Amino acid sequence: MGEGGSDDGFSRELSKRTVFVTVGTTSFDKLVMAADTDQVKRELRNKGYTHLVIQMGRGSYIPQKNDGEDGSLVVDYFTFSPSIADHLKASSLVISHAGSGSIFETLRLGKPLVVVVNEDLMDNHQIELAEELAERKHLYCARPQTLSKTIANMDVESLLPYVPGDATPVVKHINRFLGFPED
Amino acid sequence: MGFSDTKQTKRVCSHDNMTLYSFVAVAAGFGFLLFIRILYVVLQCGKQIRQKSTKSYSTLIVLGSGKCGHTAEMLNLLSLLEKDRFSPRFYIAAATDNMSLQKARVMENLINNTGEKSGDSAKYMQIYRSREVGQSYITSVGTTLYAIAHALLLMIQLRPQVIICNGPGTCIPLCGIAFVFKVIGIRWSSIFYVESIARVRRLSLSGLLLYKLRMADQFFVQWPQLKKQYPRAEYVGCLM
Repeated sequence: MGEGGSDDGFSRELSKRTVFVTVGTTSFDKLVMAADTDQVKRELRNKGYTHLVIQMGRGSYIPQKNDGEDGSLVVDYFTFSPSIADHLKASSLVISHAGSGSIFETLRLGKPLVVVVNEDLMDNHQIELAEELAERKHLYCARPQTLSKTIANMDVESLLPYVPGDATPVVKHINRFLGFPED
Repeated sequence: MGFSDTKQTKRVCSHDNMTLYSFVAVAAGFGFLLFIRILYVVLQCGKQIRQKSTKSYSTLIVLGSGKCGHTAEMLNLLSLLEKDRFSPRFYIAAATDNMSLQKARVMENLINNTGEKSGDSAKYMQIYRSREVGQSYITSVGTTLYAIAHALLLMIQLRPQVIICNGPGTCIPLCGIAFVFKVIGIRWSSIFYVESIARVRRLSLSGLLLYKLRMADQFFVQWPQLKKQYPRAEYVGCLM
């Protein structure tokens, strides 16, 4: 029995597929709320994800924890962590706010990404970047109210890997401008 | 008697007028020269430095607010710059931002470890922001004046030859002061502005100001849509 139990635990560890939700350094309650809805959790379970970890930042909405004993999604949350990078690395899907830092860190790790745009922000230029990268098929772009639909319709295999950019052209321009010899 | 009296007052009057006229003439001439000088500085903006340079330039690097990814983009660019050409380097961040300078220090120390000589060529300082997020506009008048005074003090101390910035509002007073320094001949500097990767279709306010006022010598954008709208910008592709 004991052996079977650890075997079961082992296979569960192997098939563990975590979704990591991150709101960044501020708060984005609408995203946490959306991730905590039954529809979103059901769609994630349908897609074969087993765990949901929510980084909720300074938000006031507390999601419901779930140990997943009834076979549903295991849900856990925390406010901030110095090791966001580890959470990103350990995840199979990332649902993120539209900050450029989170977006490019996730893309560079090659993780499938759904960006949820915060429409309540005043100067909302963040939409531009998310939509542009969605158009180039590097990620999916959603609103809090459309998150479950986006997850239901997404096909992470069809996303194109993002080739990281390069600052060398700028450095060359600056050097040429200042009269430094090119090498 | 009465006759000569009026004559005298007339003469005094015309004398007064004369000084007034000459004063106006001098002021107008001075204004004209200043106008010519400003025009020269503006037209000279963006012109490459012709002579081959082998010395190093003192460089001011304006870091972001720490939140919006500006700092990560800037440090990514700086890690590629030849440190012996851009030395000494002055890093400036908002006084409320402790993260950015920390990250810059980490990057500089990394250079030291890889054997390139960097020595004490990096300095770190903080600057007051004219307006914090959420601050009321009335109180921001006072803080803006204070921030400009502080920026002026720093710029007088540093007098950088190269300024590299990528968006945070703190770069506007610094670039403005650099422009004034050019006009009155204190220091000629080259300003490089890199618009953030987050700006795809519209420039940030700082970017728009520097572009419209022709204060940046080279203005880099990371998306082709912006190059179409702002033809004087240099499209360099994504930096991240």
